[in-house]
Amino acid sequence: MQTHNMTMTMVAATTALLALTVAPAMAQDADGRFDIGSSATQEQIAGWDIDIHPDGTGLPEGSGTVAEGTEIYAYQCAHCHGEDPTEPVKGYPALAGGQGSLDTDKPVRTIGSYWPHATTIYDYVNRAMPFESPQSLAPDEVYAVTAYLLHVNDILPDDATLDAGSLAAVRMPNADGFHSDIWPANQADAD
Amino acid sequence: MRINRRTLIRTGGAAMAAGGIGGTVKAQSSGGNLPPHVPEWMQYQGQPYLNPAYGTPSPHEADVVRRSIAGFVTDTAVASWTPIHRLHGIITPNGLTFERHHGGVPEINPDEHRLIIHGLVDRPLIFTMEDLMRFPSVSELHFLECSGNSSTEFSEKSSRLSVQMSHGLLSCCEWTGVRLSTLLDEVGIKPESKWLLAEGADAAAMTRSIPIEKALDDAIIVYAQNGEALRPEQGYPVRLFLPGFEGNSNIKWLRRIEIGEQPWQTREETSKYTDLLPDGTARQFTFNMPIKSVVTFPNFEKSFTEKGFYEISGLAWSGNGKVAKVEVSVDGGSTWQEAQLQEPIISKCLTRFRLPFTWTGQPFEVQSRATDEHGDVQPARERLIDEVGRNALYHYNGIQGWKVAENAEVTNANA
Repeated sequence: MQTHNMTMTMVAATTALLALTVAPAMAQDADGRFDIGSSATQEQIAGWDIDIHPDGTGLPEGSGTVAEGTEIYAYQCAHCHGEDPTEPVKGYPALAGGQGSLDTDKPVRTIGSYWPHATTIYDYVNRAMPFESPQSLAPDEVYAVTAYLLHVNDILPDDATLDAGSLAAVRMPNADGFHSDIWPANQADAD
Repeated sequence: MRINRRTLIRTGGAAMAAGGIGGTVKAQSSGGNLPPHVPEWMQYQGQPYLNPAYGTPSPHEADVVRRSIAGFVTDTAVASWTPIHRLHGIITPNGLTFERHHGGVPEINPDEHRLIIHGLVDRPLIFTMEDLMRFPSVSELHFLECSGNSSTEFSEKSSRLSVQMSHGLLSCCEWTGVRLSTLLDEVGIKPESKWLLAEGADAAAMTRSIPIEKALDDAIIVYAQNGEALRPEQGYPVRLFLPGFEGNSNIKWLRRIEIGEQPWQTREETSKYTDLLPDGTARQFTFNMPIKSVVTFPNFEKSFTEKGFYEISGLAWSGNGKVAKVEVSVDGGSTWQEAQLQEPIISKCLTRFRLPFTWTGQPFEVQSRATDEHGDVQPARERLIDEVGRNALYHYNGIQGWKVAENAEVTNANA
């Protein structure tokens, strides 16, 4: 009994000692935070937050037509992707065509045959194109190029105008072509 | 006389260094440095120290380099392959870590680099590199594999003759940084958070959507690799590291994390990095790299030089955990022997395997087959292609065979 009490006392003392040594090292505040870093201002975030969600969230004001996109494509895109986007240039991703090819031996993955969301075109062209000068196109120009690319894939008519609302409303031919429930399902399978 | 010889040798050394990749070292003498002679390099002082201040490999190792292919139409949307066949153990040196860039390697001044975390958070925060390095840090050993590694092996006839070019989009390093969960505690993510978007500060502004479960599990915001700052081509000054996940999702030059409820459906998770199946549908968000292994010795550059004892050696890895077993066949897959695994065996890390072997001078085909701790077994090439077809492009993990000819030349059994 005495031994037990002594052991308990020693355990308590050791625990107290541990608490003393550990506590200062954690240095977190009452909410468990380290309070490192600065508040990001709305202005800072707005300048960098360029992503477009599939429901259209993030699309800016502005608009562009297929006709305007045809001109922009000719001087901003054609030197790599070719004058006719339905005729892919070796080494560059094909932009149009390929519909009905996905279940064949030679699938052609293009915007029209493969991409499930039209908003991805705006997001990608805006962030990464033109290849030599990314993030240089104005919103009206990105809408126009997007309209043109949808037109050459037979998704928009040649007199179409695209803006935030009409782009988010475009339904892509391969919208249902993806099994997107892979994660975390495969993780559970593995465990 | 002695001074003259030193000058001569130094000049030779400089010429070799200037020659760079592919430079060959001419023998200084033929046999004069072998027993019973006193080697030339013992007869005068060697090179001075800090030569150079950041050390480089011996010029005799000048052919152990990353290699690439002809056929990329730009210089910046490219890849280079790690010489896994010339490395030992499991660590990839920083200068040999494979590369895959979509818009080149940005030249980032770390003082002017920032990481913003915003979206569904209580407190959007902006971090400097000094801020990130103040947080409690972790160091972990993990492999990094491009999801397109070995994609050539889906083809009826592989175009890749060497293991470097068939399996070299694979590296393994010690990664140091701060747990992403620590930073997410700092910003306070809202209960409805399900996904995050990670974005790079390169010309591709590379973006991938990542499940929040992974972010809260073992994701690391990494600033160091094998003990030193990240190399520029690996994301300097900071990258996302997701142990076991496909290479592309480990966003380099990380500048922004946005917390949201749904994946963003970026170009790199729809148009690319999705696995097309024979029925025309595709698998999306196939993050975990599957169980895989490959024999790295003998190989196309280093093979048997005579009959007798050798160690067959290779690498095994799984994005789902630890490697449990590697079997090696030296008869084209008819019979299998269990290989020795080098400790420590670490989750989501390369494991070195070895099999003692006596070469009789006969031609044969060597293969390896790995099993992970969950019992997942690396599939035969035919079985994998039966399941996912030849156009999946990503996550190829079929058993790899190498044919060893009578003259000991090693070739890809799929070629």
